[in-house]
Amino acid sequence: MAPADTTTRVQLETAVARVPGEASAPRSPPMTAAGPVAWLRANLFSSWLSTAVTLLLIYLIARFTIGFVEWAFVNAIWEVPNNQTQACRELKGIGACWAVVTEKHRFILFGTYPYEEHWRPALVILLFVALYVVSAMRRFWRKELVTVWAGALTLIGILMWGGNTAPGLLPQPWEQLLALALLLGAGFAYVRGWIGMLWPTAALVYALLAWVGPVLDMPYVPQERWGGLPITLILATFGLAFAFPLSILVALGRRSSLPAIKTLCVLYVELIRGVPLISLLFMASVMFPLFLPEGMNIDKLLRAQIAIILFAGAYLAEVVRGGLQALPKGQYEAADALGLTYWQKTGLIVLPQALRLVIPPLVNTFIGFFKDTSLVLIIGIFDLLTAGKTAIVEPAWQGFGVEVYVFVGVIYFMFCFAMSRYSQNLEAELNRHRRR
Amino acid sequence: MSQTALAEGAAVASAAQADAPPAILLDRVNKWFGTLHVLRDVSLAVAPRERVVVCGPSGSGKSTMIRCINRLEQHQEGRIVVDGIELSDDLRALDAIRREVGMVFQSFNLFPHLTVLENCTLAPIWVRRMPRKEAEDLAMELLTRVKIPEQALKYPGQLSGGQQQRVAIARALCMRPKIMLFDEPTSALDPEMIKEVLDVMVELAETGMTMMVVTHEMGFARQVADRVVFMDRGEIVEVGTPEEVFNDPKTDRLKLFLSQILRGH
Repeated sequence: MAPADTTTRVQLETAVARVPGEASAPRSPPMTAAGPVAWLRANLFSSWLSTAVTLLLIYLIARFTIGFVEWAFVNAIWEVPNNQTQACRELKGIGACWAVVTEKHRFILFGTYPYEEHWRPALVILLFVALYVVSAMRRFWRKELVTVWAGALTLIGILMWGGNTAPGLLPQPWEQLLALALLLGAGFAYVRGWIGMLWPTAALVYALLAWVGPVLDMPYVPQERWGGLPITLILATFGLAFAFPLSILVALGRRSSLPAIKTLCVLYVELIRGVPLISLLFMASVMFPLFLPEGMNIDKLLRAQIAIILFAGAYLAEVVRGGLQALPKGQYEAADALGLTYWQKTGLIVLPQALRLVIPPLVNTFIGFFKDTSLVLIIGIFDLLTAGKTAIVEPAWQGFGVEVYVFVGVIYFMFCFAMSRYSQNLEAELNRHRRR
Repeated sequence: MSQTALAEGAAVASAAQADAPPAILLDRVNKWFGTLHVLRDVSLAVAPRERVVVCGPSGSGKSTMIRCINRLEQHQEGRIVVDGIELSDDLRALDAIRREVGMVFQSFNLFPHLTVLENCTLAPIWVRRMPRKEAEDLAMELLTRVKIPEQALKYPGQLSGGQQQRVAIARALCMRPKIMLFDEPTSALDPEMIKEVLDVMVELAETGMTMMVVTHEMGFARQVADRVVFMDRGEIVEVGTPEEVFNDPKTDRLKLFLSQILRGH
């Protein structure tokens, strides 16, 4: 039996349709359909239930905000004299003890890097940020950007390591002159279009190595003493800069018609994806050196870096493959019919479209790996998070974890949020062709 | 029965223009998709400057045949010779053929991330190694020929279907091909846009381009085709001038097909 029809029906008495041919002037929408009042009414106060929920939420948000502002600003202690944290302890739970950040921020940012040399990792952080900003701007997306990256990363290496304690490595004056001559020559030849970009890039790296170290005269700092934000940025930047091209090759290889290449790529992705990053890091730090010949030693940071590159590469490869699969077959056929070679087709038609499609999951993975670099703490590398944790080991400062973690969290957030905003921007910009 | 029809077809082709070597030669071509036999002993010779229209019911193998000519599909038996070059596993032969053979698809297949102009200049610049300026001039000339030079800086997604298909024709012509293949170029278009595309194709035919066109547009076939090829179930069933094929069908299969499409129109 059908349920009784309780719907109210309207009687239509007059004709609704307009007379054809009768012109109607364009009108603006009625006040109840547009504007902030209409929005409020439609979204927040549409019924008594939604009004009640709205009011309750406003109350909760206000209470939480007031509580947080009181804790973080009104009752907060910003400084204490000589590790006298008594005042902080009395205010525990009522006010934040930002004094711990004031006191320890250099340790959190730079780890155990020698105190008087802190300007070097600070400069490295600035260099990284400048590199990101320059790379983010589309008008700098030219081949020369590769040179900028090579130069910046060399400079970062020089700054972090320093090196006047290793006189064997110090360049002789004639080497410095040679480097300068090579740089000028290669630069000139490049500007005239005689040679490719690889040569001036190499000359720039050589010149930086020959000049910056001796001129700045910086003491050598072994990698074991590096720490804090530079470590996080190094691991994330090198990690993603190498993992991304690797992932593209693997994704293409997984769709290859050559069985050997395909199997190799499938094996790589499945094996790496099948184990936790932590176990890869352990393998890199503990097992890998056992296989090396006697006396040979690869830097611990480098080993962790390679593990991160391999791991991120496997994940990114699957993201890229998703983009490749979304591309209609007709695009490949049109490129084939025009006579483009495999690499032309891939570089000019397939990847530009496939990568645009996967910007959101790509950036998702980038952000994930930026934070996953903190896992290197388990093999004893001092990244930003580990440095924060270590900063509150000292008895005087024990118990102020929240403040330190908020500080560290804000730094992570700034980088991740910037990435997220930039990707939205990029997506809109690069997908302009899809707008009508 | 089909054997004799085929032999006749090939004979007609070679008799038509016996003086020049054929631009396209298919010699007993066979192809299977899995176990499905989609091309059965297809033989056809297309002379230079000849216009051939291929028709037939859907699933008759006409698209597959035309796609074998530039190896978007691979045939398994028989020989295909294009512009004197035999299709084989030799990639250089394939590249040479693809440079000389332009193709227009049913679904346009323009590159959506490139502007109309970039779509047209891409292959001349990368495949023919033409200087950018020269390629752009050529592209503008051909866009003018298909009557949409003013859309050069737009993206394909901003154009109507008919405009997109005309861009696709211009893009193929920018490679200065000797042979043009059309795979149902008007099937995805709204009725009011079909004419603008057919007009461009008629003009192209008047320039003496060698053309092979898979289409159901009988008006077009009558107007420009030197020969019409009727295919059914993977075989070439009848070959002849448009008058012979449309006015005097010899086989029941062609009669049935003609009655069906005429009812549709």
